[in-house]
Amino acid sequence: MITVDVQHRLGSIELEAQFVSDGGVTALFGRSGAGKTSLVNIICGLIRPDRAHISLDGDVLVDTKRHIFVPKHRRRIGYIFQEGRLFPHLTVRQNLLYGWWFTPAAKRFGDLDQVVELLGIGHLLRRRPGLLSGGEKQRVAIGRALLASPKLLLMDEPLASLDDARKDEILPYLERLRDEIRVPIIYVSHSVPEVTRLATTIVVMVNGRVAAAGPTSEVMARLDLTPFADLEAGAVLEAEILSHDESFGLTTLRLGGGELRVPRLDERQLGTKVRVHIRARDVMISTRAPEGLSALNVLRGVVAELGPCDGPILDLRLDCGGEAILARLTRRSVETLGLAKGTPVYAVIKTVGFDRQTLGAAYRRPNAADITTVPI
Amino acid sequence: MPTLTPEEITAVGLSLRVALWATVASLAPGLLIAMLLSRGKFWGRSILNGIVFLPLVLPPVVTGFILLLLFGRRGPIGAFLADTFGIVFAFRWTGAALASAVMGFPLLVRAIQLSIDAVDRGLEDAASTLGAHPVWVFLTVTLPLMLPGIIAGTILSFARAMGEFGATITFVSNIPGETQTLPSAIYTFTQIPGGEPAAFRLTAIAVAVAMFALLVSEAIGRVVGRRIGVEA
Repeated sequence: MITVDVQHRLGSIELEAQFVSDGGVTALFGRSGAGKTSLVNIICGLIRPDRAHISLDGDVLVDTKRHIFVPKHRRRIGYIFQEGRLFPHLTVRQNLLYGWWFTPAAKRFGDLDQVVELLGIGHLLRRRPGLLSGGEKQRVAIGRALLASPKLLLMDEPLASLDDARKDEILPYLERLRDEIRVPIIYVSHSVPEVTRLATTIVVMVNGRVAAAGPTSEVMARLDLTPFADLEAGAVLEAEILSHDESFGLTTLRLGGGELRVPRLDERQLGTKVRVHIRARDVMISTRAPEGLSALNVLRGVVAELGPCDGPILDLRLDCGGEAILARLTRRSVETLGLAKGTPVYAVIKTVGFDRQTLGAAYRRPNAADITTVPI
Repeated sequence: MPTLTPEEITAVGLSLRVALWATVASLAPGLLIAMLLSRGKFWGRSILNGIVFLPLVLPPVVTGFILLLLFGRRGPIGAFLADTFGIVFAFRWTGAALASAVMGFPLLVRAIQLSIDAVDRGLEDAASTLGAHPVWVFLTVTLPLMLPGIIAGTILSFARAMGEFGATITFVSNIPGETQTLPSAIYTFTQIPGGEPAAFRLTAIAVAVAMFALLVSEAIGRVVGRRIGVEA
């Protein structure tokens, strides 16, 4: 558990942030320049803040009132930088073991073999970082941070410098990290797809301040954040795999409010929980039961809330059998259809709107089978 | 190949000894000063910078004369060192080494400083978040990444020391067997009638030594560069 309360002058903006993270992945979301990277640099000790109280698992790391400042090399916080920062003069294996050497034996967890297996980097061990691809570098950087047996992992836009194919390559590893290794993660990003796929908690930062914080599905369903945080609203739901349709290459998911057909998921057992991100712009609204429609998913619900509207577009929140679904419409459509709070509607969701970025593994809450003190 | 006279062999041997000592002894202070100039933020940084690089722009004779004033028998530092430690520089080969070290120092410091500036501070941050104490960060990350610069600087200052003439002859004169280094010997031979063959032989040796140093420097640079690799 990490508690952060920071006040720090950063050029023209005043960083003033408080949040608490209790395991899982906490996403620090915001535009560039919102102070996200500075905040994680303060947490790991690379920046000395003007005023702060930061504690990790009960140990105070920074308390400016009591003049406590634990130096960065004694915080045991793993940091995965945007650009990897592997040591060019060492082999991949030596890079991986760098932090391991500096960790007291009693505090180590996991070993090289486990981490190598988890990240699929066994074939790279004898190479030098200069010859690795961007995705491989980032996986090695993650392994190196893990082998230092950290109490917390910080990831500063770890996928930002990669192309989409490389992002898709790494995201599953990050999900495994989240679900199989019980090290809490603070994940800095301005990418909605990454955040909705990985985060368990979202902290939205605007101009150095925390504008919103809470569980991913709640923050994503808020209609008031879109205009000033670029956080495009959308529903983040947990669904269960109900069946696969091999002939059409589709998978049916069970949601609280009905069923959802999506493109065939690879190798997922029936009953497995998945996370679905339904982007507001992929949802159409009909006031009558639609007929002769190509879209495969029609959910019944009522309008629960209309978002603020000062332009041509606004977001709506629908209640579909207990699940919140968001829809983005033009103001003209809203007026033409006479939509208001309580109007019964049908939400139409195109199956082809789902892709690798909007479908991922659901967060698996810790259970007795997990090893928490020896997390890998 | 014509054989060398004992006098010539002595001059070559002395030059090698002087250059070696000058280089070895200036390595640690050179590293420290380069570190201070590259990373330090302190009052008087520009003054230190000026003092280190002064020998590069001053006439060597001036540097030699200043050394004579400071480190001569009656100079403030020379007298102190002679009385307390029994170390004498004036008119000894040690003085030639000191003069060579001072003249080569700016080259050594500049090469190391450039290599420190080129080290990505982000890598040092990464090392410290992995639990490495600042001393370990320096030894395991900064120093290895600076290695090409250190090697280049060392070889440059060695070559400079081999060729040092002006400051040396001013500070410690031109005593055969004691302070008559290769350049001093060549100078002496060109001043006496019939000395040209000897001067020519020594010149050939000077060229060979310099060429060898450059080749070795390049070879080491290539090997180290390959080991370190390039992070894209």
